[in-house]
Amino acid sequence: MKIPLMSELHANQESPDILFWVGCAGSFDQRAQKITRAFISILNKVQIKYAILGKEEACTGDPARRAGNEFLFQMMAYQNIQTLNNYGIKKIVTACPHCFNVMKNEYPELGGNYEVIHHTVFLQQLIDEGKIKMKEEGGFKGKRITYHDSCYLGRANNIYEAPRKVLEALDAELVEMKHCRSKGMCCGAGGAQMWKEEEKGNIRINQKRTEDAIATGAGIIAAACPYCNTMLTDGLKNNEKEPEAEVLDIAELVNASME
Amino acid sequence: MMHIAAQIIFIIAAATGIGLFVKRIAGIRKNILIGHDADYTDQPATRWRNVLLLAFGQKKMFRNPLVAILHFLVYAGFIIINMEVLEIILDGILGTHRLFAPVLGSFYSFLINAFEILAVLVITSCAIFLIRRNSLKLKRFISKDLNGWPRSDANYILITEIVLMLLFLTMNSTDLVLQSKGVAPYAENPTNRFLISGLLTPLYGSLNETTLVALERSCWWLHILGILAFMNYLPYSKHLHILLAFPNAYYARLKPKGEMNNMPAVQNEVLYAMQPELAPADAAPPTRFGAKDVFDLSWRNLLDAYSCTECGRCSAACPATTTGKLLSPRKIMMSTRDRVEEVGKNIQLNKTFKDDGKTLLHNYISVEELRACTTCNACVEECPVSISPLEIILELRRTLIMEESNAPQEWNVMFSNIENNFAPWQFSPDDRDKWATEIE
Repeated sequence: MKIPLMSELHANQESPDILFWVGCAGSFDQRAQKITRAFISILNKVQIKYAILGKEEACTGDPARRAGNEFLFQMMAYQNIQTLNNYGIKKIVTACPHCFNVMKNEYPELGGNYEVIHHTVFLQQLIDEGKIKMKEEGGFKGKRITYHDSCYLGRANNIYEAPRKVLEALDAELVEMKHCRSKGMCCGAGGAQMWKEEEKGNIRINQKRTEDAIATGAGIIAAACPYCNTMLTDGLKNNEKEPEAEVLDIAELVNASME
Repeated sequence: MMHIAAQIIFIIAAATGIGLFVKRIAGIRKNILIGHDADYTDQPATRWRNVLLLAFGQKKMFRNPLVAILHFLVYAGFIIINMEVLEIILDGILGTHRLFAPVLGSFYSFLINAFEILAVLVITSCAIFLIRRNSLKLKRFISKDLNGWPRSDANYILITEIVLMLLFLTMNSTDLVLQSKGVAPYAENPTNRFLISGLLTPLYGSLNETTLVALERSCWWLHILGILAFMNYLPYSKHLHILLAFPNAYYARLKPKGEMNNMPAVQNEVLYAMQPELAPADAAPPTRFGAKDVFDLSWRNLLDAYSCTECGRCSAACPATTTGKLLSPRKIMMSTRDRVEEVGKNIQLNKTFKDDGKTLLHNYISVEELRACTTCNACVEECPVSISPLEIILELRRTLIMEESNAPQEWNVMFSNIENNFAPWQFSPDDRDKWATEIE
């Protein structure tokens, strides 16, 4: 299937309703690619006019900035803002809370002003507008699901309810972990930890967080961030709980439940 | 003569106490201003709202309602009861006894009764806090962060508050006994029987007049001298938060928690590298990247350090601390305060800062601590007085990377991948949309 590219739309003097910012994880990580495909499938089903940047997309610079490398961050930001501004992009949707946070909160000061929406909020809007119709007998009806708050959605940007409302629309039994919402515990990947070995301690962060999730007895751990997804999946493997529970992105859950 | 001597001693004690306090506060203000400038004056309406909700209302404390109520009682009780100090000070200066009693009449008894009830609540709450702190083995209280002085500091404060309240009640109780015995000047300004101290009178009924007067006067003097001493202990202790919580709430960060501070100097350097025609002829490179010492932090960070009461809610929520990593956000704040105190003393001694071969980074906060942070904002979210340990961590990290090229090998790989492949992993940028070709 052909995914519309921004450069092609631009050449035809067209503009999309939304630019889907895929992000590095969504582009390269095999697990996260599935999330990307699920989200694309939803976009196609609701017939939204969208585009991606394709090869013109580059890392937002989030891990570099949080590790302390401001130069590299500024270089990436400069490059991305040039690309986005050249295309006159107004509205961006992304499935990565880190890309979302940087573009929403940090690009404006550098000259990049866009309406940036995280995919969970976007999905909630589509559900509210009646554009997403769930199957009568959705696959998750009555299933026990727990939602893991991403730090960069929750505390960083106060997005707690949208992902939960989407899950409620699945008719699933939503159960909360001991630490949730503003008290939610990090998966361990933020602040560029994803790219380094954890400092020494007595337990890995993702291990501890996964134990919280397992304690709910939920068969599905819903995530809204590709990095949380990786960390929690690894946590399940280490706990040898993989057959009993799985980590799925909100977009995957919605896509699987749509007509 | 005795009266006049007492009045003079009182005036000297009060003036010394207040003078020392003002001097110390001015010193702290100077220390805070060691930090660089930063603007936190936008949106005054939101800022006043924060003062009301976060400082007066202690909103964040109510994340644990039971503790919040006890804490609120101690705070409200202490503040309200200290309204009594106004009368004590005037009595002390003028040589009067219970100046307000005849003026306020039955309202006076109402006030004292209210103070006495609060005093009992303060004593009870402080006692519960002492037990909680020392016997319940709560992780954030037994943490090694508090070893030594910080742990004693917390106990001294609670004990002092209990003692001050007991002095207040004993003073009132002996006063009532002296009134009933018709002793001047106590009997000249008769009050109603007070609610709590009235119950304690049987304890003192058998004492003779001289002993009673000595006891009442001792309580009066110890109470006011205790308050003056406590006031001067405050700015050397973690307890300073009872004052600084207010400015700290006013100057709270209002940006989304996920937003990092921009570095305009670096932004411009990158801009000039990309578009050299924009570069001014005299563009000087920045002198410092991030923060290495307290001078490089903002005054806001240093106000944070002085406002921290070492409660440890940040560390109790920190994913690094709770999984046994070396990092503890509370310790970041304590280290920052220790260092700014040291620098302040250095400046006071040498007129200007004399290099002591130490910096906040490395000597006070280690690389291992900084490396453990996931930037999850749990510490910032939890802090009842709007402190951000995260901002300090991130500024120190900037120096580590940009000035000292001090990064774990994996981060260097990540940096070079972003630079060359536009992604943190080693994939070809040409494959960025390869996933799209794999969709049916």
